[in-house]
Amino acid sequence: MTLLRLTDRGLYCAAGDFYIDPWAAVDRAVVTHAHGDHVTWGCNAYLTSTEGFGVLGTRLEHEASVQGVTYGEALNLGGVHVSLHPAGHILGSSQVRVEDAGEVWVVSGDYKTEPDPTCTPFEPVPCHTFITESTFGLPIYHWPSGPAVFDDIHAWWRANQVAGKATLLLGYALGKAQRLLAGLDPSVGPILTHGSVERMTEVYRAAGVALPPTRHVGSIEDRADRLGALVLAPPSADATTWVRRLGAFSAGFASGWMAVRGARRRRSIDRGFVVSDHVDWPALLGAIRETGAERVWVTHGYSAVVARWLREQGLDAVAIQTRFEGERDEPATGDP
Amino acid sequence: MRSFARLYAALDETTATGEKIDALAEYFRHAPPRDAVWAVHFLGGQRPKRLVGAARLRLWAAAEAGIPDWLFDESYQAVGDLAETITLLLPDTGVSSDLSLATWVEERLLPLRGQDEEVQRREMVRAWRELGRQERYVWNKLITGSFRVGASARMVERALARVSGLSEAVIAHRLMGAWDPTPEFFARLLAPDDQDTDTSRPYPFFLAYALDREPDALGDVAEWSAEWKWDGIRAQLIRRSGRTFIWSRGEELMNGRFPELEEVAALLPEGTVLDGELLPWIGASPLPFAQLQRRIGRKTIGKKLLAEVPVVIVAYDLPEQGGVDVRQLPLDERQARLAVLLQGTASAGRLRFSARVEAASWDDLRLARSHAREMGAEGLMLKRRSSPYGVGRRRGDWWKWKVMPLSVDAVLMYAQPGSGRRAGLFTDYTFGVWEGGKLVSFAKAYSGLTGDEIRRVDAFVRRNTLEKFGPVRTVKPELVFELAFEGIQRSTRHKSGVAVRFPRMARWRTDKKPEDADTIETVRALLSDAGA
Repeated sequence: MTLLRLTDRGLYCAAGDFYIDPWAAVDRAVVTHAHGDHVTWGCNAYLTSTEGFGVLGTRLEHEASVQGVTYGEALNLGGVHVSLHPAGHILGSSQVRVEDAGEVWVVSGDYKTEPDPTCTPFEPVPCHTFITESTFGLPIYHWPSGPAVFDDIHAWWRANQVAGKATLLLGYALGKAQRLLAGLDPSVGPILTHGSVERMTEVYRAAGVALPPTRHVGSIEDRADRLGALVLAPPSADATTWVRRLGAFSAGFASGWMAVRGARRRRSIDRGFVVSDHVDWPALLGAIRETGAERVWVTHGYSAVVARWLREQGLDAVAIQTRFEGERDEPATGDP
Repeated sequence: MRSFARLYAALDETTATGEKIDALAEYFRHAPPRDAVWAVHFLGGQRPKRLVGAARLRLWAAAEAGIPDWLFDESYQAVGDLAETITLLLPDTGVSSDLSLATWVEERLLPLRGQDEEVQRREMVRAWRELGRQERYVWNKLITGSFRVGASARMVERALARVSGLSEAVIAHRLMGAWDPTPEFFARLLAPDDQDTDTSRPYPFFLAYALDREPDALGDVAEWSAEWKWDGIRAQLIRRSGRTFIWSRGEELMNGRFPELEEVAALLPEGTVLDGELLPWIGASPLPFAQLQRRIGRKTIGKKLLAEVPVVIVAYDLPEQGGVDVRQLPLDERQARLAVLLQGTASAGRLRFSARVEAASWDDLRLARSHAREMGAEGLMLKRRSSPYGVGRRRGDWWKWKVMPLSVDAVLMYAQPGSGRRAGLFTDYTFGVWEGGKLVSFAKAYSGLTGDEIRRVDAFVRRNTLEKFGPVRTVKPELVFELAFEGIQRSTRHKSGVAVRFPRMARWRTDKKPEDADTIETVRALLSDAGA
């Protein structure tokens, strides 16, 4: 008897009658985090972490019923114990622990184990069955250290200033942009934001995350005020007329995909910076090991590859088909 | 190796030609000549011969990375490049090599040739462990022989010209032909101009642009020389120090393939260089280009083939006479000397003078051009009578005025299988032209090749796939095709900004390298001609 099963609406817990990150409207949804591919409108009730309450609110209609629960606090849903635990992906991101009659399942959602000052760090949660993402589940993915990447970004920014160009740094408006912001040194120059980035950054600040000062690029009338600036914008922005207001600029994209030269070149951007909110290969395998799980379901990403590798290591592992996308190297539609 | 790897990364990081040349010049200014000459060698387009097979590299790299072969293959599928896959899979230990590029090439890379498998494996693993990540990538690129980094030979020449204070023409000339990557060569390359001429070395070919307007815009017809534009191989025939050299435009030495030409070349005076079109020719007219293909690439030629496809050079220029570089003389003067020279050479019609098409008006030339196909010619060449013999492709003095003016040399970028009769064969192609240092896709074409050519392209696609997107393969940008089309229009739907009508492959240009393909500027220039 499995505690969770995959249905055409998503992962479902029959004993507790709830779905985790359903992709169709259901009665009760437990939401791991507020990225577009994990949140569906129109459910009757949502459960999320207290930390993620604000960001989820930006995704839902006002009248939606959203319940916040603090990390580690156990709820009883139809006799099943449900608790949320930090996933370290973005502000408020959670793993979902489900326990029934001594049987423990954990759904990772999207996660990373690297330090990120904008959200509570990932915590391993012991379980019998672990359902993990695998966005970067190939051994070619090894993230460089955070400080080294920010040194590169700052050096690029300064070089652009010398060359009289604006610096356009692309990253997802929710999560990646704020993590980048937290690592940027505001003494290098002014930091400006695209509207969607500014909106999410305000939500982070309201939740108490300390971030350097930013200005919405649209609020700046005088071209001189943009001189030497770094502009944070979502990945889709560089394909729009919006960038024309920047004048001469150099564009960089912060994403795990930038580890591979071909992905960098396909996007025709000047620089790629390897900054991901997902686990790389060693961290993925480490996280799986730390759960102590005997059974692993592998979802979105290189699920078949990771499942095969785990089986060769003696685990009971299968790849399952979900509709989550993880981090994409093309602009996600509908994701501001 | 460290500074060369840094240069490689700098070239890769920018798409701006100016910034690439800055990076190259900076490197050449500081690198020891022994290293710099290898950089010129590789960045200028010389490919290191593949020393170790790809299958072995995969095996050894998988073992070194501690992963099974299937996981290596999955990784390769995601990356699409063997050198990069290996680089990413091996642990980054933070080491970096103090050894120079030359030491790596001469003492570590070249000695691998002919070694037995175990020695090669040991040496490869040793190298991987000693090199930092970017250095390892460069090393793997050298080993796999795929060294493209978006820096063209032209950029290298411009950087060297800047560093040496010499003109690009002198640098380009000194880089022509065969040379050994030694520090002595590098010193000679940058030495003050002393009019030196290596015996075998051809001159950089002066190239023409396609005429993108009506010829009347060129001014007075009396200032122009018109000749038939033949469809053959552009070649320089060199006679120096009692020896003959025949160079193709692709800088390939074609000695031994055209014995009938070498025979009559011996009759030329010492210190002569002819520039012209190498063509199959019988009686008063040329044979189709396809006939010439029977001779290309063949090193031993039977009597029968020699009789069926005899080859001539229709000479149209004389860059060197009496051992003196006469490229700066006006075309009129060079043509006159050439005519006299060839008249006095009993070449049995194998060295022919490209005579002028006489005309009193542009309309006379329009009329002549309309008969080009009957002559077996592609159209007319228009050359300013006062023009010197320049270097490379320059606008202004030399124009190709083809019968079918809308044609572009483009590089095969993507291929996908056809359907029906062509199912399972890669027959549907996307072609690109150069924009800065990058190819931008420009047209799709499906027709125009013979069955045999399709099979050869298909085999190439399978061996040179860089990436797969569903059925579409990204291939190594290597094959050049002449695309012909009926019309051209501006388009916002295409990345290149233009859309063409009825594109097809007019010809597989096996004589051209990818860098010889046209640029997006050339393509856009056609817009005005087509009235778009």
